[in-house]
Amino acid sequence: MIELLLTDYTIRTVALGAAILGCVSGALGTFAVLREQSLLGDAVSHAALPGIVIAYFVTGSKMSIVLMAGAGLFGALATGLVLSVTAQTRIKFDTALGIALSVFFGLGLVLLTFLQKRPDANQAGLETFLFGQAAALVVSDVVTMAIVGGLALLLVGVFWKEFKIASFDREFGRSLGLRMRIIEALLMFLFVVAIVIGLEAVGVVLMSALLIGPAAAARQWTDRLSLMFGIAALIGALSGVLGAVVSATASSLPTGPIIVLCAGVFVLVSLIGAPHRGLAWRWIRDWRNGRVLRMESVLLDLFALASQHERPDYPHEAAVLDLMANPIAGSTKSLKALEDRGLVTRVGESQWSLTQAGVARVRAILEGMSAGRRGDN
Amino acid sequence: MNAVDVRDLTVAYHEKPVLWDIDLEVPHGVLMAVVGPNGAGKTTLIKAILGLIKPAAGEVLVDGEPYHRQRDRVAYVPQRGSVDWDFPTNVLDVVTMGLYGRLGWIRRPKQEHRALALEALRKVDMESFAKRQISQLSGGQQQRVFLARALVQDADVYFMDEPFQGVDAVTERSIIELLRALRSAGKTVVVVHHDLQTVPEYFDQVLLLNVRRIASGPVDEVFTEENLRTTYGGRIGFMSLVRERSRAATPEAER
Repeated sequence: MIELLLTDYTIRTVALGAAILGCVSGALGTFAVLREQSLLGDAVSHAALPGIVIAYFVTGSKMSIVLMAGAGLFGALATGLVLSVTAQTRIKFDTALGIALSVFFGLGLVLLTFLQKRPDANQAGLETFLFGQAAALVVSDVVTMAIVGGLALLLVGVFWKEFKIASFDREFGRSLGLRMRIIEALLMFLFVVAIVIGLEAVGVVLMSALLIGPAAAARQWTDRLSLMFGIAALIGALSGVLGAVVSATASSLPTGPIIVLCAGVFVLVSLIGAPHRGLAWRWIRDWRNGRVLRMESVLLDLFALASQHERPDYPHEAAVLDLMANPIAGSTKSLKALEDRGLVTRVGESQWSLTQAGVARVRAILEGMSAGRRGDN
Repeated sequence: MNAVDVRDLTVAYHEKPVLWDIDLEVPHGVLMAVVGPNGAGKTTLIKAILGLIKPAAGEVLVDGEPYHRQRDRVAYVPQRGSVDWDFPTNVLDVVTMGLYGRLGWIRRPKQEHRALALEALRKVDMESFAKRQISQLSGGQQQRVFLARALVQDADVYFMDEPFQGVDAVTERSIIELLRALRSAGKTVVVVHHDLQTVPEYFDQVLLLNVRRIASGPVDEVFTEENLRTTYGGRIGFMSLVRERSRAATPEAER
């Protein structure tokens, strides 16, 4: 595959195009995800279908810039409708979105079918916009995508601070006198651009996944907005290249689903494997915490027993400790672990006692507990 | 001249008035509490004053001039719960946002701005948290970050929406000290407040609000049994109120 990427001209074009679209949509998706507007991309991409068909209808051209303009126009129209319906009526965001998405997509399908019934050979190929066909990308498409996508990313760079505050605390931003509506309209416009440049390769049905997936995955790896933006761009680009090359080489598989599956793998890996936020990380942390808590409670039990005698290292039967411990976990493992740490020591066959270090640890734990109770926030 | 003059302010949601014909005068250099039951329109009042909600009628003057011309002299502390604290950013970055208005469009914050933000963090004892992720803050720390963000604006009038909400006693004490320091510096602070008991201790002016303005003015004069009863619709028992008032009137040292 890598050989093909380096030598095959078509594959190289396709891969480059996919990298650009993945990069742009992944990066911009950062803001869509953080603003909890992930689904807006879905409305944009589905609404683009009638735009594409009508653009072809009107101009008779299948040049990607023409079709992109039609798609963008309708995508923006749908976004505007959803946002103004949400703002001006009592219909909720998700409801407005669902309606806009299905109505526009339905219109697109009707127009597409109508077009296909006409005796016009030239229209063939428009239906690839449903699931995408990266192999159809030619150099001029890629150049267009690079210019449009590059401009979009440049605008994000210019308005970085504005986009950040609009995403974190728009009311506060407004109180500062920053015109949030203009900023948000610009951001919406960029979402539309990010979606539209991917439509030919990925298709209207699944394009929005490329807006959300990389950003959701990137969020797992970092707590910095700029890094999240960069990682999302990278994951988007990788998904794009992988998916496009696989579909372009391995027969006529539609590209969209494969790219989206690649992005899905990145999301899955990130959800599980990312440090701090990943599920595996959390499982390990919970398990460790549990073990430490069980160990400490055995230690405290031993201390409580010993404090009934004159010396803190008074030995006690393991069976007694077992009775006092968590009924499922028991005390055997904890005692072994405590012995390894030099906090308890075995006395005779079945008895245990605290070492000096063990007594010191108990004191530290008890102090920590009472400090906790004093309620530091 | 007053720090803030609100005249005939009316706000309606879907034709239902949430604020009706509010007149309010906030003198310079006072701490004013805004109290009233849930749904009285306290947050709405602040947002309407700040132009975040479009009023159906009325005007807001700051130092005798329309608010929109005095915007950079006004700072705002929204409710802590109004933002997503899992947003990928750190404490210093959030505080720096207080300077975005002064920076204007496109210009990025520089070293000098970060220094100002650190200075504001120092005032709320959060300097050592500058690089901390905001998701790792406790409620009280989040509140102090929001306060620092308002402090960095270096305004003359501060509007704060429930800054004492869900903070521990220690944080509450440090916040009230901060408010007093602002007052000593000649600033004016308007605070949406929930705890009636502490009103006489913390504030020198109070607005009793329930859709309409029930009363406003010095705490000694308007924070009365009768006014409170009108505001809360008799939902506050007479005895408990007397108890609250006498407790609140007790000097701190005797508690």
